[in-house]
Amino acid sequence: MKLKIKMRRMLLKHKLMIISSIIILGMIGLALFASFLAPNDPNFVDIAQKLQGPSSQFPLGTDHLGRCILSRLIFGTQTSLGTAILVMGLMMFISIPLGIFAGFIGGKVDYLFMRICDTLMAFPSFLLSLALVGILGPGLFNLILAMVLVQWVYYARVIRGMVLGVKEQNFIVAAKVCGTPKFIIIMKHILPAIISQVVVLVFMDIGGVILAISSLSFLGLGIQPPEAEWGMMINDSKPFFRNYPSLMLYPGIMIFIVVIAFNLFGEALKDALDIKRVGGGVE
Amino acid sequence: MSWFIVKRLASLVPILLGISIITFILLHLIPGDPAVAYLRLSNIPPTDVAVAELRLKLGLDNPLHIQYFEWLGKVIQLDLGMSYVSKNTVWDEILLHLIPTIQLTMTALFFIVVISLPIGVISAIYKGKWIDQFSRIIAYVSVSMPTFWFGFLVIFFLSVKLDLFPVLGRGTLAHLILPSLTLAFGYIGTYIRLLRASMLENLNEPFVVYAKARGLRQRQIISRHVLKKSILPVVTGLGMSFGNMLGGAVIVETIFAWPGMGQLFVSSILNQDYPMIQGCVLFMSVIFVICNLLVDVTYSFLDPRIRLEGGK
Repeated sequence: MKLKIKMRRMLLKHKLMIISSIIILGMIGLALFASFLAPNDPNFVDIAQKLQGPSSQFPLGTDHLGRCILSRLIFGTQTSLGTAILVMGLMMFISIPLGIFAGFIGGKVDYLFMRICDTLMAFPSFLLSLALVGILGPGLFNLILAMVLVQWVYYARVIRGMVLGVKEQNFIVAAKVCGTPKFIIIMKHILPAIISQVVVLVFMDIGGVILAISSLSFLGLGIQPPEAEWGMMINDSKPFFRNYPSLMLYPGIMIFIVVIAFNLFGEALKDALDIKRVGGGVE
Repeated sequence: MSWFIVKRLASLVPILLGISIITFILLHLIPGDPAVAYLRLSNIPPTDVAVAELRLKLGLDNPLHIQYFEWLGKVIQLDLGMSYVSKNTVWDEILLHLIPTIQLTMTALFFIVVISLPIGVISAIYKGKWIDQFSRIIAYVSVSMPTFWFGFLVIFFLSVKLDLFPVLGRGTLAHLILPSLTLAFGYIGTYIRLLRASMLENLNEPFVVYAKARGLRQRQIISRHVLKKSILPVVTGLGMSFGNMLGGAVIVETIFAWPGMGQLFVSSILNQDYPMIQGCVLFMSVIFVICNLLVDVTYSFLDPRIRLEGGK
């Protein structure tokens, strides 16, 4: 009986993983082939056609400037997803080397690293990003900069914890005793030992990054008009959504679906790779 | 006990210094000359003479570390400068907007606890049953839902369509419900799962078996023994979430036209009111740090092991 439940749950997990990866791949497809898939020019303004209902020319209707909502949703995939992947990539580019360096070297370097982390993490991260965008000025580039500068510490710290978790294990000690150069130990032994945890971490957190980016865009601090972005589309719908709720519904659904797909995928991946807790739990 | 608090207070000093350094640097990241920006925002033409005068007045020609210490000296006396826009002092503006935000976050905190506590407990007791599956779905939805979208959905369905709640602004208690619920929603899922996991961990502990052997009723075991221990990670988590909730309040206040610190913050960003931005970040971070301190102290009350080890 127990086994039956377990198997059913595994199948369910499997199903969730397949469904979520289909959604993610579909979204990436939308982003890559946006210009072929979108029925209209997403930035073409035609006031005469504003706030129209669905029609054959505009399958989901038009917004307050007469732009095709469907096309804007499709092109929004590019900006929303692309920005999130870029931000995550940059954060990993900074935090993997720094986290490994601090964790592996230890001592004073590690102490300094931890104090920097403590200070940056004493700020509520979203507020600090917000303030940075505010100071640097709104725009996509500044938004990416603000998010990366503030949030890399979280990942660097978690990765440092992972390194501490494997550092004392026998195969690393053995490699050290053999006189293997530090760089080789890091590349050949430590990195492979933590990489699956890092991948899980990335997939579990990218949903949150998408939410943060769309929140900043919603406040008007992200990508600037006329470019399409889901959070900004919801912001644009503010004055009209009481009478035209679809303006606000569709972009929200897109964000929600992408984020939940990434969250489910991350969770399923964590189970599949049999990782109990991301971060190794070493302080 | 008091030793623990003293030690914890001392550890605040470097963190507060770090916060002050970063917020100080923040203002020096403004693209271009801050004096020019100041003049431009005050609608004074930035002539060479005016810029030079202002630089002297603001002490911008001094070396950076001297500027920092001068600034820090003022901040300690709660002099955070003047808002470019309202011409009030930053401190007065913050005080003016503080109460609504505290109302909002505290009510949200209340909703989080009241909603996620029972669901978390029930889904741990009935692990694997439909109620547990249901709570899992709620958890995923709540974590994946953009706050601002959820806010619009509740406004549209509960205020516009059903006319149950007032839409915008602040005033009666009814005004408070939708914004705080919106703010709380994103955290409910997290805490249901956290409490569930922590309950499950403790349900198999020997003290539960012993309590059963003593013939205690399940209800008693859960409420007196298991829940008491399982609630600890939730308490820490709520303290950590408080900082994020201040961030979330920014969005919620924008949607619901709630006149709190979040709205002050966003409007100062959109107006490029730099001293205001700086003051808000500094103030909210200090609140966040103090909250974490309070959580640690509470925690040490709830779990004596912490303060005994910490007091050594």
